[in-house]
Amino acid sequence: MVAHLLRLKLTLLRNSLRRSPWQLVGLGIGALYALGIVGVGIAGLLLLRQADVATAQTVVVLGGAAAVLGWAIIPIVASAADMTLDPARFTTFAVPMPQMLTGLALAGLIGTPGAATSLVALATVGTWSRSFLGAVGALVGAILGVLTCVVLARVVTAGTVGLASSRRFKDVSAIAFLIPLVLMGPIVAGVARGIQSSAGFVAELARFLEWTPAGAAWALGGEFAAGHYGTATLKLLIALASLAALALCWKVLLERALVTPPYAGTAKKKTSGLGLFGMVPATPTGAIVARSLSYWLRDPRYAGSLVVVPLLPVLLWFQASQSGFYGLLQFVGPLTAFLLAWSIASDVSYDSTAFALHVSAGVRGSQDRLGRAVACLVFALPIVLLFSVVPMFIIGDWTLLPGILGLSLGVLFTGLGLSSVVSARYTTPVPLPGDSPFKKPPGNVAQTLAVQFGGMAVLLLLVSPELALVAVQLAGGGPVPGWICLALGPVLGFVLFVAGVRLGGKWLEVRAPELLAQLAVNR
Amino acid sequence: MTFEHLQPPAAAAPVSPADPAPPVPALALRGLAKRFGTKIAVDGISLDVPAGSFYGIVGPNGAGKTTTLSMATGLLRPDFGTALVHGVDVWQRPLEAKKLMGVLPDGVRLFDRLTGEQLVSYAGLLRGMDRAVVVSRVAELLAALDLSQDAGTLVVDYSAGMTKKIALASALIHAPRLLVLDEPFESVDPVSAANIRDILERYVASGGTVIVSSHVMDLVQRMCDHVAVVAGGRVLAAGTVDQVRGGESLEDRFVHLVGGRSHAEGLEWLRTF
Repeated sequence: MVAHLLRLKLTLLRNSLRRSPWQLVGLGIGALYALGIVGVGIAGLLLLRQADVATAQTVVVLGGAAAVLGWAIIPIVASAADMTLDPARFTTFAVPMPQMLTGLALAGLIGTPGAATSLVALATVGTWSRSFLGAVGALVGAILGVLTCVVLARVVTAGTVGLASSRRFKDVSAIAFLIPLVLMGPIVAGVARGIQSSAGFVAELARFLEWTPAGAAWALGGEFAAGHYGTATLKLLIALASLAALALCWKVLLERALVTPPYAGTAKKKTSGLGLFGMVPATPTGAIVARSLSYWLRDPRYAGSLVVVPLLPVLLWFQASQSGFYGLLQFVGPLTAFLLAWSIASDVSYDSTAFALHVSAGVRGSQDRLGRAVACLVFALPIVLLFSVVPMFIIGDWTLLPGILGLSLGVLFTGLGLSSVVSARYTTPVPLPGDSPFKKPPGNVAQTLAVQFGGMAVLLLLVSPELALVAVQLAGGGPVPGWICLALGPVLGFVLFVAGVRLGGKWLEVRAPELLAQLAVNR
Repeated sequence: MTFEHLQPPAAAAPVSPADPAPPVPALALRGLAKRFGTKIAVDGISLDVPAGSFYGIVGPNGAGKTTTLSMATGLLRPDFGTALVHGVDVWQRPLEAKKLMGVLPDGVRLFDRLTGEQLVSYAGLLRGMDRAVVVSRVAELLAALDLSQDAGTLVVDYSAGMTKKIALASALIHAPRLLVLDEPFESVDPVSAANIRDILERYVASGGTVIVSSHVMDLVQRMCDHVAVVAGGRVLAAGTVDQVRGGESLEDRFVHLVGGRSHAEGLEWLRTF
């Protein structure tokens, strides 16, 4: 039965690859990325062999505990839990529980994260291969530790399945997860500084974690290598007991889940009235503005990029305060303008096949383009203006303001025009409606990259007059180029915006059915 | 509850017997064909749907029903052939043709982060309708489809049947002359299905044309006056329901035409427990 489950998992993996060669490319890229991390991890662990026992022990235990934490958290926040072997699908098959548990746990090791964790964990055997007993201890510890990771992930998924299938939780957690991700740099720097100031703290933390389920298994190798057989036995018992306890938890949760399927329809959100649709002009363009704005607010895939926007100046300010060079902070306006304008470059892809409504309603291409662009402009314009002015205020140097304002407006309008053309012509594989914003479906990677980088190159070319003027001013050309830029940016941007909406509209009208067919493939 | 709004505007003027010109069909397909890779999904379908008829399209899974209807409604470009809606070529003059049609496609998503009320209003406004008209029609449609309670719920939180009904409302809002509904009764509860049937029958009675695709023969036999049997991308039979079924029940006739019925041989072990 266990072998059956493992074979099922492998078959599922192979069949998913057979659906299209691009799936294979996606897996390949994921595997390469993982391989890089694994390579670094293994090399580091092997190098630790030369380090003194205490340091090696600290690193191994902290790394192991971090892995356990990761396996516990990532399935919920990223809603990326691997549900191919969802226990609920075995309800009708009467699989004996012990075999089901073993099979599912081992199946969890198949796939990139499982394989990566196992490989790195096994490398700890290398770290402790200074003595035979150390190596054996490390091997036992690695097996116990990896199993703890896998089972813990299963417990967490089983325990939160009701929560995780509620749409509101998914929406909120996906966005909330973005914030630490974006602020990773400052957080890491802050933690690093904290560690520098109290070097003893890390070691203390590791000593503490060794006695908890998160770190006990990972400490075995070090304890055996150091010859502390008493504590080693105690920690082995802790590790075994926590694995057993987790397995028991999982069993209970699974038994419950098998007879009570999750109830998803909690707390339906009720809003009365037309909302934004009552505020826009009653035209197709107005309706599209209202629809797009509703999506910017309600769809985590859009809202996610809105959350990033206020974090951008924070990030740049942090960078500036670290390096003492505030020059980059002045460019937060144009940068935000670029981000927001480019964000609608895959607008039609985000619609997925819901775009069929626009096709069957016979919406004119230019109305479609203009509606989406204006919706973005409604919030992008005030944000970009604010972000262009406030940094000058912080730095107390206003000389660059006219040039930056011109550049920001130029980038914003030009970018919106360009995005209107790009999204009318190309679809890109994006997370499907209702999926986590992190779940990039594999697709034509080459085309996606070509569209992204090609589009950015074209944008750079289109705003090159504004860029050149700001560069001249920065190079000591006096305030005049800045003022020229302030006049030129909005005018040139607006002309390109209108041209983009027109051209994109024309293409959209001609190719709407083909676009819809592509969307149906990507879905 | 009245449905004046839903009545098709300017139903084709009655043709007097002396009039030599034949009436323009609501939908005329000529040699429609579509190939996906090496698989020919639709292999030259020609069909006339008379104005004012309730037309059923039946066929086994994978017969090409959805592909045909997508090509007829301007959602999928045919490799060959033409589609005319009340004489307007769907692929030459798409904007004009689409004004005449209300479409319920199968297997496409909706803008499901809108509330039900917003989605139907969106469909109306996209058609360039006046806001006051949209608001009053949306309220009537939601009441008629028993969705008033859930008007303010996001469509993503709807059940499958409710989703089908809200998509139907989006297709009806602009009172089209031709309704093309792909599997409109799938996962809809019996009471709602009866209500929808009432709405459609009254719509046909006042001169509108309805095309539905379905697997449910019984439903088509009771509801439709015309039927076409499609299999393997071709029309096997088309005409009035009585012509097509020729004395048999539509279901028997269908199985007859399409074939592929396995006479319960083998599977003896199923009776041994």
